[in-house]
Amino acid sequence: MSADQTTSSPALKEWPLWEVFVRSKQGLEHKHCGSLHASDSQHALQMARDVYTRRQEGVSIWVVQSSSIAASEPNDKSEFFEPSSDKVYRHPTFYEIPSEVGHM
Amino acid sequence: MYTQSFNVQDAPDTSSAAPNAASMAALKSVPKALTEAEVALQAQFDARIDADGKVEPRDWMPDAYRKTLVRQISQHAHSEIVGMLPEGNWISRAPSLKRKAILIAKVQDEAGHGLYLYSAAETLGTSRDQMLDALHTGKAKYSSIFNYPTLNWADVGVIGWLVDGAAIMNQIPLCRCSYGPYARAMIRVCKEESFHQRQGYEALLVMMQGTAEQKAMVQDAVNRWWWKCLAMFGPPDADSPNSVQGMRWGIKRISNDDLRQKFVDATVPQAKILGVTLPDPDLKWNEERQHHDYGQIDWDEFWATVNGNGPCNKERLGARVKAWNDGQWVRDAALAHANKQAERQAQKNLKEAA
Repeated sequence: MSADQTTSSPALKEWPLWEVFVRSKQGLEHKHCGSLHASDSQHALQMARDVYTRRQEGVSIWVVQSSSIAASEPNDKSEFFEPSSDKVYRHPTFYEIPSEVGHM
Repeated sequence: MYTQSFNVQDAPDTSSAAPNAASMAALKSVPKALTEAEVALQAQFDARIDADGKVEPRDWMPDAYRKTLVRQISQHAHSEIVGMLPEGNWISRAPSLKRKAILIAKVQDEAGHGLYLYSAAETLGTSRDQMLDALHTGKAKYSSIFNYPTLNWADVGVIGWLVDGAAIMNQIPLCRCSYGPYARAMIRVCKEESFHQRQGYEALLVMMQGTAEQKAMVQDAVNRWWWKCLAMFGPPDADSPNSVQGMRWGIKRISNDDLRQKFVDATVPQAKILGVTLPDPDLKWNEERQHHDYGQIDWDEFWATVNGNGPCNKERLGARVKAWNDGQWVRDAALAHANKQAERQAQKNLKEAA
């Protein structure tokens, strides 16, 4: 490789970042377990297998490019999640049932 | 693998060898005055830390907290990566296929640990290339333990038993670190680390049932690694000015000296069962303290190694840089292939749409 080829910006050379989700066994949901760099989705799956499932930790893997994830803002936490806290009637403990009714 | 010697600053202030409280204080720039909003955010952050809560990547955090974590996590990652080298040296020379398979699996784990940690550091806004660049240019530190040579096969066993044993002592409290991604990476690492220690100890047990020469190899390796392992826990608490802040932030949970004591107390009975002598004439049980007393660690030697003058510093860094440069064409080719595939797919989609 010639010298001028290696001088391009490092940002362009870094493999994109992928988030990895692993289903640990049949019947359970995929769970986020970390991230890794890979050139494309197939590559990311192979890397995820090597990095996150060396001891049979998974039966299925999802990878998604990190830049594709939309996330809620931590600063908006109060407005975004707060409204549900005054709706206590959504919880079963809001209702008083005579004890002779037993478990309900 | 990890060491709390990471309380040391990265270069360029390598010239000031052993940092003392006064010189560290002098190096600190005067912090900028906080705005009103920042004062409120800082108060929220402090309250969360006081309540033993967790900090997640997009939460507000003080700059110094972020910088400390980037430094510590990236140095931790570098240590995992450089840590592959001393043991990798023995893969082609392992005494049996079984030991070779075990060693390959262990070295692969170290690579994995490095990758978990680099990912955790990236959530703080640093890039993989920035971190690697800091390692390759010698700006970033890694655990000084890997700057010593692995001279015989027993070294591989002793690294598993003592070096990984010390690392486990250090890493278990980090599972409760206040920064979520770091704590989660540590939980994953700790689960795997137990295999590392047990395989090393078992390999040594086998050698200790062998010939007089094999037993001598084990003792020789223990003699060479013991003091380095004690130094892995970092400087004594009195000389560890960053520890207080680390404790305040919930990054550090147990002091260097306390962890070192725990390690000594745990290792003494293991050495007895193995049938080796730990090379410290001052090592003895203290009935009053209910702990083992141990001798003086050579901190001058430790700092010389941290600052680049250990027996293998140049060799280790040279091997890393060579591996990185030799792999450049592979990384470029993978990216070029991905771009070509994406382009082809786009053209195909276009044709189908037409």
